Amino acid sequence: MSASTVAPGRAGPSARPRPRVGPGAWLAFGLILAFLLLFLIVPVGTVIYTAFVNETGSLTVGHFANFFGQLVFRESFFNSLGVALASTFFASVIAVPLAYLTVRFEFRGALLIQTLGVLPLIMPPFVGAVALQLIFGRSGSVNLLLDDWLGFTIPIMDGLVGVTFVESIHYFPFILLNLVAAMRNIDGAMEESALNLGARGWRLFRRVIFPLAMPGYLAGAALVFVKVFDDLGTPLVMGVTNMLAPQAYLRITSVGVDDPLGYVISVIMIAFSILALWLAARVMKGRDYATLQKGGGALHKRRLTAWEAVLAYGWIALVLLVVLAPHAGILLMSFAQVWSFSVLPDSYTLAHYATVFSDASGMIGNTLLYCLLAAGLDVVIGTAIAYLILRTRLPARQWLDWLASAALAIPGLVLAIGYLRLFRGMHVPFSDQLVIHSWVLIMLAYAVRRLPYALRSCMAALQQVHVSLEEAAQSLGASRLSTIRRVVVPLMAGGILAGFVTSFITAAVELSATLLLVSSESQAPMSLGIYLYMQSIAGRGPGAALGVLAVLVVGLGTYFSHRFVERSRVTTSASTKA
Amino acid sequence: MSMNKASLECRHISLSYGSTPVLRDINLKIEPGEFFALLGPSGSGKSTLLRLIAGFNQHQSGELLIDGQDISGVPPHARHIGMVFQNYALWPHMTVWDNVAFGLVERRESRDAIRRKVGAALELVGLADYAKRRPGQLSGGQQQRVALARTIVIEPKLLLLDEPLSNLDKNLRVQMRDELKNLQRTLGLTTIFVTHDQEEAMTTADRMAVLDQGVLQQVGTAAGLYDYPDNRFVAGFVGTANLLEGELKMAPDGALQFHARGLGPLTLARPDAAPTLGAATLALRPHQVSIADPQQAGDAARLWLDGQVESAEFLGEFSRYRVRVGELALLSDQPHYAGVPLFSAGAPVRLGIDPRQLRVLTS
Repeated sequence: MSASTVAPGRAGPSARPRPRVGPGAWLAFGLILAFLLLFLIVPVGTVIYTAFVNETGSLTVGHFANFFGQLVFRESFFNSLGVALASTFFASVIAVPLAYLTVRFEFRGALLIQTLGVLPLIMPPFVGAVALQLIFGRSGSVNLLLDDWLGFTIPIMDGLVGVTFVESIHYFPFILLNLVAAMRNIDGAMEESALNLGARGWRLFRRVIFPLAMPGYLAGAALVFVKVFDDLGTPLVMGVTNMLAPQAYLRITSVGVDDPLGYVISVIMIAFSILALWLAARVMKGRDYATLQKGGGALHKRRLTAWEAVLAYGWIALVLLVVLAPHAGILLMSFAQVWSFSVLPDSYTLAHYATVFSDASGMIGNTLLYCLLAAGLDVVIGTAIAYLILRTRLPARQWLDWLASAALAIPGLVLAIGYLRLFRGMHVPFSDQLVIHSWVLIMLAYAVRRLPYALRSCMAALQQVHVSLEEAAQSLGASRLSTIRRVVVPLMAGGILAGFVTSFITAAVELSATLLLVSSESQAPMSLGIYLYMQSIAGRGPGAALGVLAVLVVGLGTYFSHRFVERSRVTTSASTKA
Repeated sequence: MSMNKASLECRHISLSYGSTPVLRDINLKIEPGEFFALLGPSGSGKSTLLRLIAGFNQHQSGELLIDGQDISGVPPHARHIGMVFQNYALWPHMTVWDNVAFGLVERRESRDAIRRKVGAALELVGLADYAKRRPGQLSGGQQQRVALARTIVIEPKLLLLDEPLSNLDKNLRVQMRDELKNLQRTLGLTTIFVTHDQEEAMTTADRMAVLDQGVLQQVGTAAGLYDYPDNRFVAGFVGTANLLEGELKMAPDGALQFHARGLGPLTLARPDAAPTLGAATLALRPHQVSIADPQQAGDAARLWLDGQVESAEFLGEFSRYRVRVGELALLSDQPHYAGVPLFSAGAPVRLGIDPRQLRVLTS
């Protein structure tokens, strides 16, 4: 990889002046900017504005005073904050030892941990929540067994504790993946010199290795905090309403789009998301610890002693059991005829799948339609932004990156509220349909929310393409557009595809924006379908079957995107061995 | 394949990145069919100049003429100038054949023409059997040949080579150097190549330009630059030189004398033109300094200086001595044959200098 990005003995591509800015670049810039303004900035701006004005249109902080004056909202606020912090803590407790084991030790469990790392991500947390209820709930398998054998139960799935439990085991992979990547980048010489100076064991980890991996840890932890703080589906499914996201949802759906308190909650959610991401970025600023030198070795791996092996495998087994519980639960549920007050289902059936395929094929179609379009839009915009930023001298081009990435801090719920408010009463051009009743708006919400992922993927892909590959095309007579079409895009294909798949699979399990934007049953995608099925006891079977299908789609997508990235890495790195 | 022979001229070309000047008032004329080298250390601006000719850098002032026509504003893809990149820049997603055919496809040439020309170009570089391979499956030398074929197949007006040999190992480098030279002679294509290696430039190019800190120092043939360097930089960069600081004076009897600091006056050969008197530098190649036993009677036509060997390096073809003469240290290279005695460090010696080989540099 390295050879294709570095031209030895010369200033990097950034030091060279780039070609002049043509009208095509301006056009692309304008279109993207218009898109981001219309479907991200203005809707979110509307939400923020609405939270700060009263009926007469003058600025006020009265809504905030009103909000904090009511016990239920104060409680919701502290509940959300507490759950988000606790989930980040417990996710760290799970992830840090696993990351350390993978990077520092030579043992077979490493592959297992890598698998562990993605398994929870391929199941939407609100789906997992239902399955976990059946396994760890008050009358779930585990507690039934405990009650039988030992005479006590653990109320781990109740209320806020339950939400924390579900969120921790769903989101710990964010910390694991980031931390492992950061630790892999630590130069072995860092550790050797610490050893040489007398630090070892726990002190070596605490004083040298963990601080060096800190940026990776913080990036992951901030993401977990934001995701949990903004999550709507999990609390709703678990019947917990005294948190911020459910409150906002309930206000908007029961009181209406004009209720200012929904907007106040939205602003608080945005503020905390931005705060968390900003804090992580601020602490990391100027501390890019990617210390691995070219040709330097990574951290040394050593073998586990017998006792360490027992502990390591024990921890992995425990985590694996808990992490796999939702998957196993949902699978059992989808085949279960009756499963209530028993350790395992009483009898099995395929009827739920039959129901899903006869009733919900429209939902599967909707998911494919919305998510394929959204992912397609994302990679087109992502590729264009990446090209504008890395290959042109367009003034203010960096703004596109910032604007697009801002979507990371915007909860789906808030974006949806913004759409409902901004486009309220507007009609789709040349028709009688209301904009907020159009499925296109759902698709656009998905596209805007997933754009940061696709953009990062496209940027990384274009950074791997050495500028001389494009200059060679130009010197052989290819125009800008022709160069992009024949050289740039084919070389970026792996990254673009990976971005497409990431956008697609994460959009497929998006619930919060979906809940608000779907205006009729015929528009519902799978994620909403699962949620609606799960609302009734009778619907749980088909809901689980639909959940299994969703997990399959997401799992396969993840697998293939991984393969694509690996393959494109092989072909491009073999090419320019400078 | 027959090629156009174009001439290239740079007139007062200047370029700066922000406030950092990279090229300063470059004036250069390259004749049709010439094999021309841009030689200089890293940061001298040689690659910038090459990229400027290709159209990837834009000069802020001056004119860039091909066959007398200013191409300053023409975008790279319309210049019809072929460039071989330092890292070859072969497209990994295309086969060797598709890489070579790329420029012809851009020119909307017919299928037949493309097939014929690509075949001929691959034949020319000896890679006809590799057409179906991917660049990643080729060795460094083969990759370079593909890059060459890809460039010459469009029959460019000029061929630009950016450090063409720097990515090859030493043996392959000598071989590719000869191949490049033969190819250029066969095609007769005006070729400009950039290198930091003076040996590469001297052995390959018809003429070369030496650049330092964005300024064109001197243009000439290899022998011309070696024998008659204009300034200290060229004297030191093209070959090795002893550089003596001092003053140029006219003796009362009309002889031209150079007073080196810490050394007596050296009487120089009578110059063709009237010399500029005053502070100057004297350049002298180490192999032109002969070394002898102090007892041995020397050639009377030479200037003889007494000194002491400071260090000796035996290099096979010759021995290089560093000799302390007064306050100065001079290098002297002696061709080596079996039986020729070697001087060891500390030995007293005499250095003999031929006044006709001394070059006075005024800057």
